[in-house]
Amino acid sequence: MKKNILIVGVGGQGTLLASVLLGNLALDKGFDVKLSEVHGMSQRGGDVVTHVRISDDRVFSPLIEKGEADIIIAFEKLEAYRWLPFLAEGGVMYVNEQQIMPMPVTLGQVDYPEEADELIAKTAGRLISFDARAIAEEAGSGKAVNVVLLGAASRDLPFSEDEWMKVIESNVKPKFVELNKVAFARGAKA
Amino acid sequence: MKRIMLGNEAFARGAWEAGVSVVSSYPGTPSTEVTEALAKCGDEIHVEWSPNEKVGVEVAFGAGLGGARALSTMKHVGLNVAADPFYTAAYNGVNGGLVLLVADDNGCHSSQNEQDSRFHGRSAGVPVLEPADPQECKDFMITAYELSEKYDTIVLMRSGTRISHSRGIVEEGEREEREIIPYEKNFTKYVSMPAMARKLHIAQEKRLAQIASDAGKITAGGLPVNRVEMNDPKTGIVTSGICYQYVKEALPEASVFKMGITNPMPMADIAAFASKVEKLYVIEEGLPFFEEQIRAAGIPVHGGKDMFTIQGEYSANMIRKAFGKSLPQTALDENADIAAAPGRPPLLCAGCPHKGLFYVLSKLKTTVMGDIGCYTLAALPPTNAIDTCLCMGGSIGMEHGFEKATGSSSNLVAVLGDSTFLHSGITGLLNMVYNGAKGTVIILDNRITGMTGHQQNPGSGKNAKGEAAPAVNFEELVRALGVEHITVIDPFEVKELEEVVRRETERRELSVIITRRPCVMITKQTDTPNTITDRCRECGQCMKIGCPAIEMKDGRPFIMQASCVGCGLCRRVCPFDAIEAVKEGR
Repeated sequence: MKKNILIVGVGGQGTLLASVLLGNLALDKGFDVKLSEVHGMSQRGGDVVTHVRISDDRVFSPLIEKGEADIIIAFEKLEAYRWLPFLAEGGVMYVNEQQIMPMPVTLGQVDYPEEADELIAKTAGRLISFDARAIAEEAGSGKAVNVVLLGAASRDLPFSEDEWMKVIESNVKPKFVELNKVAFARGAKA
Repeated sequence: MKRIMLGNEAFARGAWEAGVSVVSSYPGTPSTEVTEALAKCGDEIHVEWSPNEKVGVEVAFGAGLGGARALSTMKHVGLNVAADPFYTAAYNGVNGGLVLLVADDNGCHSSQNEQDSRFHGRSAGVPVLEPADPQECKDFMITAYELSEKYDTIVLMRSGTRISHSRGIVEEGEREEREIIPYEKNFTKYVSMPAMARKLHIAQEKRLAQIASDAGKITAGGLPVNRVEMNDPKTGIVTSGICYQYVKEALPEASVFKMGITNPMPMADIAAFASKVEKLYVIEEGLPFFEEQIRAAGIPVHGGKDMFTIQGEYSANMIRKAFGKSLPQTALDENADIAAAPGRPPLLCAGCPHKGLFYVLSKLKTTVMGDIGCYTLAALPPTNAIDTCLCMGGSIGMEHGFEKATGSSSNLVAVLGDSTFLHSGITGLLNMVYNGAKGTVIILDNRITGMTGHQQNPGSGKNAKGEAAPAVNFEELVRALGVEHITVIDPFEVKELEEVVRRETERRELSVIITRRPCVMITKQTDTPNTITDRCRECGQCMKIGCPAIEMKDGRPFIMQASCVGCGLCRRVCPFDAIEAVKEGR
């Protein structure tokens, strides 16, 4: 078993918590795991990416290369498009349909790539695209987008719902545990 | 117990287990989380944020002299600031173990250059350790303290973005409680007068030679820090740190000499490895530090910087390409001609106090000598307000020099944050007073060190552990330096601020403006969000503040309620009073 999961989004969307939950679960289940993330300048509304590499053999590099991502979890549509070159042949994409316009597009300096939707659909071996924020809001908070998406992607990961719930309990602040559990369960049905 | 740790948390864990009891550092990406993690420990460790890296290293050196195991952490450019104590302390040696952790930033993720700290280690004459994953971060830290005390030397722990900011599995150990080693007066060792320094330099050369010959016996976590992984003898790779991981991904069949101690280089061991392989390659990010030394030792190198760049980060794919290996099969047709995804340049946050100032400076078309901090982002559209960014505190000296060259201080300012001013700005301002400057310095006092993730500083009123601490009074400090014209203003009072900037930059006498408003990330302001009403005439003024909560929709500005913190800066710049708080709040 070897899975490379690329979690991409915009600074402040909570990509890091998603990767920490996934990484801790992999550790609990006896896998080797490495993660790599972005700090500092790039967090100020810039694009952010977390690499998660899980294997029953040894993981060397913490980074996923172009063509190596088995799963891309995109918190934002343009970020799904940006990271398409990293998807492995036949790879799966989970995409939140939310759009956050980059400042150069807002200022009219650059065009939004019109072919984004079509190219994502054409490239993904399997595409699961939905409004994760709406589901997160139904679950109690728009901020739970990360756990909704993780719930959705859990169908391609080798862990049971029980195991996910446990890792949420031990890694999320107590007052947010229930919200995150509900968000995860709803995401798993998305 | 095994835990997933950030490389920086693993360094902190290693320092804690090694019994470190004094830590003094200045934050800097990608090093910051080491000292942050240690600040969360109990009273067994004194942890402080120092005003700059030079002070941090001096404190740590003094703590080592006093007999404690001590640590100072910094980013690569921070070691330049600390280079003065570092180079001489490297002669003096230690009493209690002393480690300086320096994190390089290949690829400039959050830095102004890509310098290679291994050269500082070699030039200062101290051993350099380079871990390759979080477990090694912890294990090497413990080894570093053993080496420091055994060989009587500072040890430089070299990290980098991908080491400090990757996570992996780390086995935790116990803390070794250590007695303070009694201090013994020894002026020939600790007083660096010329006669002593000459002898200390000779002693330093001897211990480096000893370390080089002992290198094969040095272990960390029970494993040799330098190790040979013999596979196919056709290809032999000399590498270290994160590049080792890329090599193992790209060339699993190759034989590898993985160096953990990279200064002094274990040249005899490398020669032995080279004799067992057909072709020797050196794979190292940055400058050819290993390669030049290996070539100089007369060992033939088949490929090094002729195959790989000195710029940026390496990757497994880069190594695959260089060795003619096939690349992973991408889902996307590689030859497809697709539009690049628009970039997402980072922005000052919604509610950021700096926005008011840069809106004004942009409007006035002021020449702005910038500095290091979040506010450097004001160089980007839409404000385009910053002209330069050099180094910590550099704005002040540059403004002074610029004025002396052009003979005019009109519409010219230096801007720098509170933490940056305390780090390296005070002496620059003193110089302006002393040498008859006429310019204006603006101190952006947001009460915190923002860019690196909100660390306390001497202006915050809190120390590294979050306890109450004296807060410097910037007005008094500046006045004591000899500045007469001092104005304190809330940067969101844009109309008044515009008048103040005009007045002070036309004054023809040195002046300081302190823009004071706490960072929105610490106040966590969530006032009623604003909305744009029918009175909007689409003039675009509100777009000029560069707020991430305001978007254009069909030619008209639109405030995203979820992102707006209700700071009201857009209301203040709107000439038609078209923006108001939404009635019901969130």
